[in-house]
Amino acid sequence: MDAMQVFHDVAADPQAYAREWKARTGGKVVGTFCSYAPEELILAAGALGYRIVGGSGAISKADAHLQAYCCSLVRGALEDALNQRLDFLDGTIFPHTCDSIQRLSDLWRMNAQTGFHLDVVLPVKLDTASAQDYMRAVMAKARSELEGLLDTTISDANLREAIDTCNRIRSAMQTLYTIRRDCPGVMAGRDVHAITRSAMVMDRHDFLKNLLTVVEELATQANPACHDAKRIFLSGGVCNLPDIYSVIEAAGGVVVGDDLCTGSRQLTGTIALEGDLMGAIARRYTGRAVCPAKHAGIKRRGEDLVHLARESKARGVVFLYLKFCDPHAFDYPYLKEMLDAAGIPTLLVELEEQTASDGQFRTRCEAFIEML
Amino acid sequence: MNATDKPVDPDKERRKIKSVAKMKEIMTHYYIDAKTAEQTGKKVAWITSGGPVEPLIAMDVIPVYPENHGAMIGASKMGTELCEKAEGMGYSGDLCTYALADIACSTVNGGPIGGLPKPDMLVCGNNICGTVLKWYEVQARYYDVPLFILDTPFCHTEFSEEARIYVRRQLDEYLLFLEKACGKSCDRDRLQEVGRLSMEGQTLWQAVLDTTTNKPAPMSAFDAFFHLALIVTLRGTQTVVDYYTGLLAEMKTRVAEGISAVPHEEYRLLWDNLPIWYRTRWLSEKFAAHNACLVADTYTSAWCGSLPYLKEDDFLASMAEGYSRIYLNIGTDRMAEMVLEMIDKYDVDGLVMHSNRSCKPYSIGQYDIARIVQEKRGLPTLIIEANMTDARSFSESQVETRIDAFMEVLKG
Ligand code: SF4
Ligand code: SF4
Repeated sequence: MDAMQVFHDVAADPQAYAREWKARTGGKVVGTFCSYAPEELILAAGALGYRIVGGSGAISKADAHLQAYCCSLVRGALEDALNQRLDFLDGTIFPHTCDSIQRLSDLWRMNAQTGFHLDVVLPVKLDTASAQDYMRAVMAKARSELEGLLDTTISDANLREAIDTCNRIRSAMQTLYTIRRDCPGVMAGRDVHAITRSAMVMDRHDFLKNLLTVVEELATQANPACHDAKRIFLSGGVCNLPDIYSVIEAAGGVVVGDDLCTGSRQLTGTIALEGDLMGAIARRYTGRAVCPAKHAGIKRRGEDLVHLARESKARGVVFLYLKFCDPHAFDYPYLKEMLDAAGIPTLLVELEEQTASDGQFRTRCEAFIEML
Repeated sequence: MNATDKPVDPDKERRKIKSVAKMKEIMTHYYIDAKTAEQTGKKVAWITSGGPVEPLIAMDVIPVYPENHGAMIGASKMGTELCEKAEGMGYSGDLCTYALADIACSTVNGGPIGGLPKPDMLVCGNNICGTVLKWYEVQARYYDVPLFILDTPFCHTEFSEEARIYVRRQLDEYLLFLEKACGKSCDRDRLQEVGRLSMEGQTLWQAVLDTTTNKPAPMSAFDAFFHLALIVTLRGTQTVVDYYTGLLAEMKTRVAEGISAVPHEEYRLLWDNLPIWYRTRWLSEKFAAHNACLVADTYTSAWCGSLPYLKEDDFLASMAEGYSRIYLNIGTDRMAEMVLEMIDKYDVDGLVMHSNRSCKPYSIGQYDIARIVQEKRGLPTLIIEANMTDARSFSESQVETRIDAFMEVLKG
């Protein structure tokens, strides 16, 4: 089958994929929230990490637990759990992130029937030696807890192999992002979306193999001179909305990069394979592109964003935030200000899930791209 | 209308808490000191309500609380204007309205006291929420002053050994931060003494709150919201100890003389979440008209909830656990247990929850707590939708209807 089609199939119905994977391999599936979940540990334990990035239908049962002022990711995820749509999970890992996920973890533990529950209470501060040591301790604890919960042992050899796979995935994804940046016409935005979505749910070995095929094909087709659309950089949290890309493309834009939590942010940072493995893992999680719910200095995210936008020669930046997402909403004014100072125009779009295709977003995007 | 034109209601006069005047005086002096710090050569630190204040007191730094300021802004009904201003600056109106009001206030020196004194440093404890982290980052950029973050890992089901080590190390880092910012070393004996006073203040505050186990209750949660300011802002000082000693004596006298907060207390209720600062008077009168007294609340007791973890003889080390295991930094099921304990202790007939869209860590989970209270104690819950500072999201007529309906249920 066409390698790209594999990704589109997975992205179209990740739950069906996970069910099929489980039936085929007899393996265990571990649900995760947020890109700080310890991927390497789950893989080393032989399980499938399944990132939950929102819900798949209208909200009804979750309304009994969550107020309307929670983001749609939190509400949708709980709705799916309460409707047994996640019955293929053997357990769920909650890394500590924002206030909403923090409480979702409690409500999940108290109400959802999705197997074991593991809170990985990461540091919020990332830029001190004590935080680094704490991160290592938390990761080491997660390793031994996962061994118990998944009834397996995670040997150093398992771990080294898993780290190696994750490193190679991250590096192949970097290549993919570089191709997109340099020759954006070579693939559609929805293709990149399908790949990043698959990266969060697909068997990581199969994913890597397929990804390498896609990257190889793209590398031969890439032609830097092939596109004259206006270059757009996406900034924000979770983007589970493939429609966004087609709206931008129809308006004469093309996405050349992103710092999304479901995009490039999860793909940064290589883990050293020598020496203390847990320490190396901890260093990756404290050093990678930072999430707004964490702290690595007061200007780090702004500097990173300006750097990325410049490097990808973006004509404009579109901020994509979920409504009621506090960490991103607090950063927006200063990020915008820094981009303004760098001469890069911005557009803020606040979304509820599933509203990307509506007319308002289209109109605003068209107006913005035309103005560039 | 002039005060002398008003006929004095002797019953109302008798019910007034006399310590209020003293409290106002202390707070006025405190803010004058803080606002003149530049002239007197004292340093000012902005600190979160759940932040580690004792080392500041020990180092003679004046602690200033943007959240207390937010409450003042809300109570003086200036919240809406400042929140609108923050929205104009690009901040979403869905964010915490304390943060919005403070961020806007900094740029215009607005609010009831013409803004807070400029900080020399910022101290942020994330034991109450992730909002304060982002808020203090904003202010650290705006004022260009050093920021210390006390990162207290969330205790979903436990306070882990790793967390203890991490927080303990940060307390040493905190002292180094302060020593650098103040250019002098921290006197450990003094800190120990401040710690002792802090614990004494907390014990007294808990004793004041506990006087409402009496029927009728000598004070209500609305009174507690007011008298709370000292344990938040100045704990660790003799002033707090003296004040609450006096307040406790007054409450005991009221109990002895049968003076109650609500004239004909028939129903006893428990309040959950922050006050609705711009409607406290209205709400208090509304409930009193139904002979209902809010005898306790989960909010004001949060400032003495970690007493069991604090140690007088090793205060600094015990702060690690004390500051980590506060009410908002624990799992929803543990919060429900504490609510049940309060229900029993204060013998209440129902729960009033402020579903506060400004404060996610406090509000998300309330529906489950209400369900647990219903299941375990058979008590009903009234949910009021609002936030604590900005009146725009408050619908008086809707809340009034709900209160009336709820009281009908209670009256059975
Ligand atoms: S979108 Fe924002 S509020 Fe929602 S889970 Fe992610 S970080 Fe939290
Ligand atoms: S009201 Fe809630 S969100 Fe706002 S500062 Fe307080 S604890 Fe944090």
